[in-house]
Amino acid sequence: MLHNLAQLPRYRALIQSLVARELKARYRGSVLGFFWSFINPLLLLLVYSLVFAYIMPARFTGGDEPKPFADAYPYSVFLFSGLLPWTWFASTLNESAGVLISGGNLIKKVLFPAEVLPIVTALANMVHFFFGLPILAIFLAYYGAPITIGELLWFPVIVLVQLILTTGLGLLVAALTVHFRDIRDILSNVLQLWFFATPIIYPWQHAPDLGKWFLNANPFTHLAISYQEVLFFKGPFGHWRWLLAVGLASVVFFLFAYFVFDRLRDTFAEEV
Amino acid sequence: MANAIELTNASKVYRRFAHRRQFATLKSALLTRSLVRDLNPDETFAALTNVTASVPRGQTLGVIGRNGSGKSTMLKLVAGITKPTTGTVKVNGRISALIELGAGFHPEISGRENVFINGIMLGLTKREVADRFDEIVEFAELKDFIDAPVKTYSSGMYMRLGFAVAIHVDPEVLLVDEVLAVGDEGFTHKCLDKFAEFKRRGKTILLVTHSLGMVERFCDEALWLDAGRIKGSGDPKRIVGAYITDVEKREERELAATDAKARDTADAAIASPDEPGSAVLPDNPVETATAAGDMFRAAEGRWGSREIEITDVQFLGPGGEQGHVFQSGDRLDVRIRMRAPLPVDDFVVGVGIFNAEGVCCYGTNTYIEELTPQSVHGDTEAIFSIDALDLIEGTYKVDVAVHKIDGYPYDYHRLLYTFRIKSRTKDVGIYRPRHAWRFSGEIRFKDAGR
Repeated sequence: MLHNLAQLPRYRALIQSLVARELKARYRGSVLGFFWSFINPLLLLLVYSLVFAYIMPARFTGGDEPKPFADAYPYSVFLFSGLLPWTWFASTLNESAGVLISGGNLIKKVLFPAEVLPIVTALANMVHFFFGLPILAIFLAYYGAPITIGELLWFPVIVLVQLILTTGLGLLVAALTVHFRDIRDILSNVLQLWFFATPIIYPWQHAPDLGKWFLNANPFTHLAISYQEVLFFKGPFGHWRWLLAVGLASVVFFLFAYFVFDRLRDTFAEEV
Repeated sequence: MANAIELTNASKVYRRFAHRRQFATLKSALLTRSLVRDLNPDETFAALTNVTASVPRGQTLGVIGRNGSGKSTMLKLVAGITKPTTGTVKVNGRISALIELGAGFHPEISGRENVFINGIMLGLTKREVADRFDEIVEFAELKDFIDAPVKTYSSGMYMRLGFAVAIHVDPEVLLVDEVLAVGDEGFTHKCLDKFAEFKRRGKTILLVTHSLGMVERFCDEALWLDAGRIKGSGDPKRIVGAYITDVEKREERELAATDAKARDTADAAIASPDEPGSAVLPDNPVETATAAGDMFRAAEGRWGSREIEITDVQFLGPGGEQGHVFQSGDRLDVRIRMRAPLPVDDFVVGVGIFNAEGVCCYGTNTYIEELTPQSVHGDTEAIFSIDALDLIEGTYKVDVAVHKIDGYPYDYHRLLYTFRIKSRTKDVGIYRPRHAWRFSGEIRFKDAGR
């Protein structure tokens, strides 16, 4: 396993060109082309803002921390800072489930390192996440979000932790789906539940006490809170201990997922 | 001389899961804790058993065998796509496998981008692809289309591009799986030339093919796989010869089975006279079989009054042995055994040979050939003897009949017998006249075998 893992950097060029292909191929043939990478998160944001700001307004009354924009609460900015990373996470997992099966030709007919496929999925979605960042930046600037350089330095760390966690989960999902095709169907529902079990559309403080314990066990909670603290809430980044703990756990989990993937590797060519 | 490819006792066992496994879900696997058990096979299928073979550097090995004999599995083992269940497979040097051409192409992006990605997948660096790019495009003959998305390519263009990329990876070991059906004649020649060039440059080639001619012409050695085991290896001519003999034997058995089935069906039709059609007497006797008519459209069957009964029909080859597969130009005897319980004085014995399209290649009978019948009684035997069966390759059906001069059938066997003609020459037509080529002047041919 470690031997195979050590081989990964050798596939850099391959991964790089596959990610580029993935991005190019996605919008090939559409009128707006690459602009969809910006428009999609914008539309997503509009939908959620509309629902939670006007149709069923979120109430930000409770909590013990002083609210920076208590009156003109830019709920959409809060929402966006959690929603954008979540989209990366969720679409990676959804795509990972089918990636080995749809790439079956490569695995069966060409000597091809299968782990490249889920990794490419995670990276391509990360690039999409990056494309969404300018939109987020515009919103932040418009509302005058209290961002400091010191906090912003944490941003790449959060992204890195999320990348490791997402890739690890992607590998596991991809490998298991080859043997249990049902995962594909279960997954979207699991992700739906996971979304609501993560403080993205509501602040962590709003969860009931019992729920908080549950939320703490959810690794994405800490990613979401980290994003929100860095981008949205005022004050120093206080969640870094949790973030680093999740980072460490993600590395361990990634190794575990890679181990499982590696063990199942030889069965792919036959089962796909 | 070092071996470029070495297989030692390599076996590949595929797992075949029982029905239960197909419906197993993650839930049931977790609930019944059968996850581990389900990943174990219920039933196994040995695709390859104890194959030991080696290809020295610079040599070309041809692998032949029937469908499902394990050829492609062997290729996949050598390519490293699957691992042997037991035994070892060792390959020295960069491999390029022409197993599925253009396997990694993405339909939405252009040929140009696909060439780069495919090249990188096959182990080249971006620079190397860039250096070879023009050569690749030229080889694939796709200069005008290289910037079009691959989904707009015809399957021939697709394969050509895949082939061009794979061959320009410049491997030390080239694995080829039946890919020469890639393009038109011209492209096939180009591929063959490329293979010849590889050979000249001392590359190792493993060739899996059904084209026995290519094995004889190209390979230094041949390996014959049958049901996953090595049935023979060594000199290509010898192995190909042995393989052809085996194929003929197998066809022989199949044809014998087909004939037996056809006769059973015909007899069953006679046993149930209620069925319309079974008692219909044909108004076309054998002597008019050469004329166009419903004889050609008629299905196989058997009819007649049985005052003379055909009890047995056999094909006898040049050595007098019974068989169904013959070489073109062989001697062939058709032995017809008949029984006339009572003496009969009006009778004609006829034979007709039809090819797969139903065209009568030849038909004759004793009356046409001016043999005037006198009498037949008891068990008799007629032999229709052909000195040289000058037919082209194919499967032929035979009519055998005994009837009155006026056509009233005693026993008519319509297309109930089958034989197959094999020929090394792939000429066309219906019949091969005895012929030879003679030349004069400045005209020369390279290789008589080609």
